[in-house]
Order: sequence, then C-alpha cells, then structure tokens
Amino acid sequence: MVKKVKGKIMQMTITEKILARAAGLSSVKPGQLINAKLDRIMCHDVTTPPAISMLKAKDIDTVFDTDKIIVTPDHFQPAKDIQSAQLLKRLDTWAKEKCIKNYYKVGKAGVCHAILPEQGHIKPGHVTIGGDSHTCTYGAFAAFSTGVGSTDLAAGIATGELWFRVPESIKFVLNGKLPFGVYSKDVILEVIRIIGTDGALYKAMEFVGPALKEMTMEARMTITNMAIEAGGKSGIIGFDEITKKYLDEHLKAGDTDYTIYESDAGAKYCQTIEIDCSKLEPMVAFPHLPSNGKKITECAGLAMDQAYIGSCTNGRIEDFRIAAKIMKGKKVKCRTIVVPATPVIWKQCIDEGIAEIFYNAECVFSAPTCGACLGGFMGILAEGERCVSTTNRNFVGRMGHPKSEVYLASPATAAASAIEGKLVDPRNYL
Amino acid sequence: MPKAHVYKRDHINTDEIIPARYLNTDDAVVLAKHCMEDIDEGFMKKISAGDIIVAGDDFGCGSSREHAVWSIQGAKIGAVIAQSYARIFYRNCINCGFYVIELPNAPQVINDGDEIEIDYKAGEINNKTQKKKISFEPLPDFALEIINDGGLLEHIKKKVK
Repeated sequence: MVKKVKGKIMQMTITEKILARAAGLSSVKPGQLINAKLDRIMCHDVTTPPAISMLKAKDIDTVFDTDKIIVTPDHFQPAKDIQSAQLLKRLDTWAKEKCIKNYYKVGKAGVCHAILPEQGHIKPGHVTIGGDSHTCTYGAFAAFSTGVGSTDLAAGIATGELWFRVPESIKFVLNGKLPFGVYSKDVILEVIRIIGTDGALYKAMEFVGPALKEMTMEARMTITNMAIEAGGKSGIIGFDEITKKYLDEHLKAGDTDYTIYESDAGAKYCQTIEIDCSKLEPMVAFPHLPSNGKKITECAGLAMDQAYIGSCTNGRIEDFRIAAKIMKGKKVKCRTIVVPATPVIWKQCIDEGIAEIFYNAECVFSAPTCGACLGGFMGILAEGERCVSTTNRNFVGRMGHPKSEVYLASPATAAASAIEGKLVDPRNYL
Repeated sequence: MPKAHVYKRDHINTDEIIPARYLNTDDAVVLAKHCMEDIDEGFMKKISAGDIIVAGDDFGCGSSREHAVWSIQGAKIGAVIAQSYARIFYRNCINCGFYVIELPNAPQVINDGDEIEIDYKAGEINNKTQKKKISFEPLPDFALEIINDGGLLEHIKKKVK
C-alpha cells in the first residue's frame, strides 16, 4: 500500500523525515548524529572487493541481508586487464558465496546507478548507501542515498546500519520551462556553476519547481547524480505522477509497498536558490572543474578530438534518442564513443534503430561499462587531447593523460559537437 | 622532524590524489607509488615518513574511493592539514584511522618545508621553523578513538568484544 506521511508538529524536510524514519525517531534536526537502518546497499567492482577483504581480515562473516545488497560490476567490466580481472573475481566469489540475490553478472551487468532504478531496486523513502560517490542519483525517487568509502560499505554490509550526521538542506527552485535544446544536464551544470564544487558541502540538495514537471525520471536522475559535484551529501526530488509511472513500469508488477515523504511547508532550509530555467542555454563545463560552466554561445568553435556519450549521468535511453536524432544521416568528425549504461538500454538502442544510426555515423557502439568516464578504458585520452563528454567530472587526468581535457555537456551538445569535430550549439541540429 | 608539503590550491580531488588508472588494485604499497601523481609528479621522491600535506579548501573532492586515503597512508604521510574537506574523503580518513585537521588559511600560515609537530588531542600545531604555535579544533573524542584504534572496523570489533 502506498502510504503518505503527513506533516507532524515539527516541520521537517523530506530528507529529515526519511532519516528520522530510518533511525526509528519521530523527528531529527540538522547536525544530529543518528544511526540509520539501511534499505539497500550498492556494490561494484572497485570499492567492494577491498570492503570484502577488510571484513575477512576482521573475521566478520555476516551479511546483513542477502536481498538488500545489489551487486553489479561496472567500472572495469568486462575486465580491462589482469588486475581488474582479479578484482572482478573477488567480487564474483564473494557474491556467490554469500548467495547475494541481486547479483548482475557480466552480460546482465551495467553502470550501477542505471541498473538499480531500472531493475526496480530503488523505492521512495529508502535509505541507500553505495560504494560510489554518484550513489546520490537515487534521490530522484524521493529517497535518501549517498556515497561512502569501502570501510563504511563494509560496516553497512555486516550490520545493515550506518551513522549519519543529518544534513542541512538547500532548496533549489527550478522555475520556468526548459527552452528547446536545453536539458536537465544544462540545469545541473548551471547549479554547480552558481554554487561551486563545494557550494553544497555536507548538505542535502532538494530540487523543486515547475521545470521538474516536464522532466522524465531519466532527466531527473542526471540532476541528482551530480549533487556530489557540488559537494552535496545527497540530492533529492519529491514524488509525483512521473515518479509513480516509472516505478509502475520498473518495480515488480503491483508492488506499491513504499512510503512517500514530503517536505513540510514550514521546513527549514539553510539556503534557497531560484533558477529561471526558461533563460538557460546549453552549457559546457570547461577543464578542470564541473563548476567551470560556460554558455555554448560563448565557447562554440573549440576543436575536439573525441566525443563520449554514456555514464551514470547521461547513459540512459533518452540520452541516446536525443544523440541519434542529431546524428541521423550524418558522419562524425571526431572519434565518438557511445556507451549504453545497461544491457536493457543497449538492446533498446538496437531495437529502436538507434544503434544503426550510430554505426552509420561511424561511432563506436560499446557494451555497458563505466569505461572512459573515469579513465578506465574504452576511450582513454592522449596528451593534449580534448573530449566533449556527457559524464560528470572533468578533473585533471580524469579520462586519461594528465594533460588531456574534458568538457562536460548534454548528450545533444556532445552529439552535435561530434558531427562538427568542435563545440557547437545543439539547437542548430535538433 | 615531519615536514610540511604545501599546495596553495583548493579542490585537490581524488583523481589527482590517486588517478583511476591505478584503481585496479587495492594494495596500499602499490597505490602509494602513485600518490599525488597528477598534481605533483615528484611527490613520492620528496617526502619522508610522517610528513604532512597542507592544502586549501575542499581537499579530497570527487570520488568515494578510499584508495585516495590508502595511497596517502601507504606513502606514510602523517596527516593532512587543509582549510576544508570534501565529505566522503573526510569520513574515509577517520574510518581508516588517519588524522585530518581543519585549519583556516592552512596554506598561508604554514610554509612549504616548515618542520611541524602536532598534538592531535590538544589541537595544537607546533611550527618549529616559524617558532609559532597554532591552535585548531581537535576531532571529537569518538573520532579520535576510531583513529587510535586503527580505524572503524577495528574500533567496532573492540567495542563488540
């Protein structure tokens, strides 16, 4: 049954309500340290093997719940070299030994933050941790989720609990309607440009406003995914009909066993930032910080060596539909790598004829992986090379050589730039 | 005597501390070889055991990779003193039993090469070179306990026993 929790006497944000519930308390306030029960734990091939080793070294053999731990190798899968093969083997051995129910083996595996929502593991009201900084993605589902390191992950796996400091919340009011050719990626790059990469340090970023009403869950996940790039502990978006429709399609048939939390009218925010989305333009974040956003009209023309379309930020079907629309009947002028985030998305690309458009445009069409987003493989940059990328970070050396450069943009901007071999305004190609 | 290695920069991120091209291992000894490689190629050659990294705001931003802390620990760095830290990195440090100190204007008040001693419990940095003592807000007792126990898991184990 869908339950709705009405405001109690103490006015709380959605984040505070979810954390209070998980801590078994009637209310919490920012700054309070709580011990929260975890609803889901996300595990991948880079940070989980060390967590497993730590637990072994301490003779801790327990796994708190084999149904609530979701395992999907993604960073270096299929194994990119011998050492990553060893990591994947350690993860595989453990997942089998512990009888982890939701273990996505290579072939079913994909980028974790795309797999978990797609396969129906995320529900409103949940508290989820993951051994990956972009775990904040799941906040798009009116849930609390945050990234942790291997030690916290190990503690979570063993006990199903973790301590948190209740974060203050910043409210981002996304007013207006997104103009033609401007996407949720442009919105979050603008947010990060305004507040900086530590502008939301330790805070929950709560997104509200009419612009969200025209965004799909895929588009919303792009926004919460990048909360960490502003230093945020979490990003969160309230529940509505769009959330419900996605859940109806992705949870097991008839599963409405979740609780919807909403921020109270009198909830306290440490800051409120209003953005008029109708005035936004396509954005490009220049090296070497995600906060170095520029309007495309101020930076068009810069030559690119590579375009990369994929990742937990923009590797979902909607992203490839947009890119394919731009690339249809054209050929790319710089090498272009297209990486669907999950096998389901990969198949959708084939079924919808999108993969053929990429083939005809002379793109590489890869199997699901985090790949080159973090400089793993499948598109590493050489010295001095520039890449326009739909990913989330453009730090020094992020996608390869320390002297390479990453320019963050929407799938539309990346696709249009691929066609021209330089940064261009996607609105002229849609 | 531990020396300070000062980086007058904000947002030193986990990709610079330990690039992802080395994340195919979790061996701290191997990771240490590449510690700070993309921000300072000669880093490992100039440091000695116990030395201190000093930096500006938002140290450790980016990925949740604890490998960043392990590489610094593997390099036998004694502590990091920064103006502020990214959240996950800060938590990872305490969980790994590694000292992190928040100090306003850290890269301005400490010079590269300064010899320093730190009293973590009292919250005092003794800068022997500048003949100056600077106070800082010490970590809360529970965090110091975790660090003294050698990290969160050892701490939990001790408590359970």
